[in-house]
Amino acid sequence: MELKDLIGQTSEWLKATGPDSDIVISSRIRLARNIGGLKFVDWANNKVRQEIAKKAKEAILSSNYMKNSIYVEMDKINPIDRQFLIERHLISRDHAVDTESKTVFIGDREIISIMVNEEDHLRLQVIQPGFVLDDAWSIMESLEKDLEKRLGFAFSDEWGYLTACPTNTGTGLRASVMMHLPAIVFTRQIDNLTDAVSKLGLTVRGFFGEGTQAIGNFYQISNQVTLGHTEIEIIDNLKRVIIQVVSQERGSREFLKAKKKKIVEDKISRAYSTLGGAHIITSKETLELLSLVRLGIDLKLIKNIDTHKLNELLIFTQPAHLQKLEAKALSPSDRDIKRAELINKKLGIKG
Amino acid sequence: MECNICKQNKATVHLTEIINDEVTELHLCEECAKAKGAEMQQHFSIADLLSGLVDLPPDAATKKEHISIKCDSCNMSYADFKKMGRLGCAQCYETFKRALYPLLKRIHGTTRHIGKEPVPRTPTSSKVKTAGKTAKSKLDADRIEILKTRLAEAVRNEEFEKAAVLRDKIKTLEGKKKR
Repeated sequence: MELKDLIGQTSEWLKATGPDSDIVISSRIRLARNIGGLKFVDWANNKVRQEIAKKAKEAILSSNYMKNSIYVEMDKINPIDRQFLIERHLISRDHAVDTESKTVFIGDREIISIMVNEEDHLRLQVIQPGFVLDDAWSIMESLEKDLEKRLGFAFSDEWGYLTACPTNTGTGLRASVMMHLPAIVFTRQIDNLTDAVSKLGLTVRGFFGEGTQAIGNFYQISNQVTLGHTEIEIIDNLKRVIIQVVSQERGSREFLKAKKKKIVEDKISRAYSTLGGAHIITSKETLELLSLVRLGIDLKLIKNIDTHKLNELLIFTQPAHLQKLEAKALSPSDRDIKRAELINKKLGIKG
Repeated sequence: MECNICKQNKATVHLTEIINDEVTELHLCEECAKAKGAEMQQHFSIADLLSGLVDLPPDAATKKEHISIKCDSCNMSYADFKKMGRLGCAQCYETFKRALYPLLKRIHGTTRHIGKEPVPRTPTSSKVKTAGKTAKSKLDADRIEILKTRLAEAVRNEEFEKAAVLRDKIKTLEGKKKR
């Protein structure tokens, strides 16, 4: 498989399988690691960065987990492809700029991806659909063990795995969960939730991670602290909070069904009609309307679309995905037209 | 809607900026948004925030001593670290230890790793030099203490799954001590 084939498949994490997948879209585990004896990326010159890239490539491609992975050199691909990888959550936004010696490895079904020469030598990611942090961690644990055997990571007895930024040192672990919380937003509890969550050492972010605003009621919740707790504790702590959030969202949906039935039905059916009737639509409006339709599916008000298809649209209506589907660069206004066409086709709504 | 900055292209990016409690909405075309985005990101660079935290206590003697320190292994100076907010190499953690203690404490609330360790005796395993054997066993003893407190807490809260994990971790560490 190659990079150009990815547009023909749906990332595993969008498949809406796994527990609580009506509310939890995906679970993600990330580890930051540096190869022992080499300078950290920002302080290294290009020769050292190339050495890092070379060592990483040998180790990753000989690992059983990543043998048949797609290997991409970031400076060899065009800006649309870079944006495409960001939209699929396979690389960070930082990985798409200053691309010299930056590489990425993408495993089977896009569950595992490894960025090389981002802020740290290696950024390992496992991402899966539904509320499955433990499964994701167990895949990560074996992957990391295998790579550690081959590379030898920088480690101190006192401070654990050493990272370029002291905010990641220790476990180097970031566990995060992407949630769809329309009922919590609708009942105006979201600010309270964000406050409460941040008091517990967790952070809330938007759909595309760090520095992004929440659109369409999609939120990512992740741990902040990486040192002084075991990996299991960090994941367990996040899990407990997510269980609470899931039940709060469920409760709020019940409340809406019982007390605000007409208002909610109205909003959902208008969203559905607008998507169906649109000839021009921006990506922001698309995410907002898809969020309502998704709620409609969960509340069994909309029956002819499944969550998997809807999740797919969240990503395939993004700018780079549209341009890849059309196999050419499109201006923003052309994209708005193509986006409306794609939604009509995928949802099978007649405008 | 046209772009607020160039007044020419169609606005496709919509931003809300909050400066001193004042909310401004911006509607921008892609190009102006990119330029603006770079500007906005600079406001929030982690390096800036960190270098604020890295500042040493206002004790002139320690400050002076620190500023002249350079990492033997990668040549990063304390001033470089302050400027970048990133360390140069693994050995920097030892070099800038005294400045890092308060920083790590502020970020994580603690300064001791108790998570996963490299598989022992891998030939390539690359550990940073610490103060020798005694230090290592002292660290383990500290770690066991921390874990025991957490174990008691977990049992009190009836979090038995968590307790089991902590118990196993303590066992492993105690086993290592005897060896």
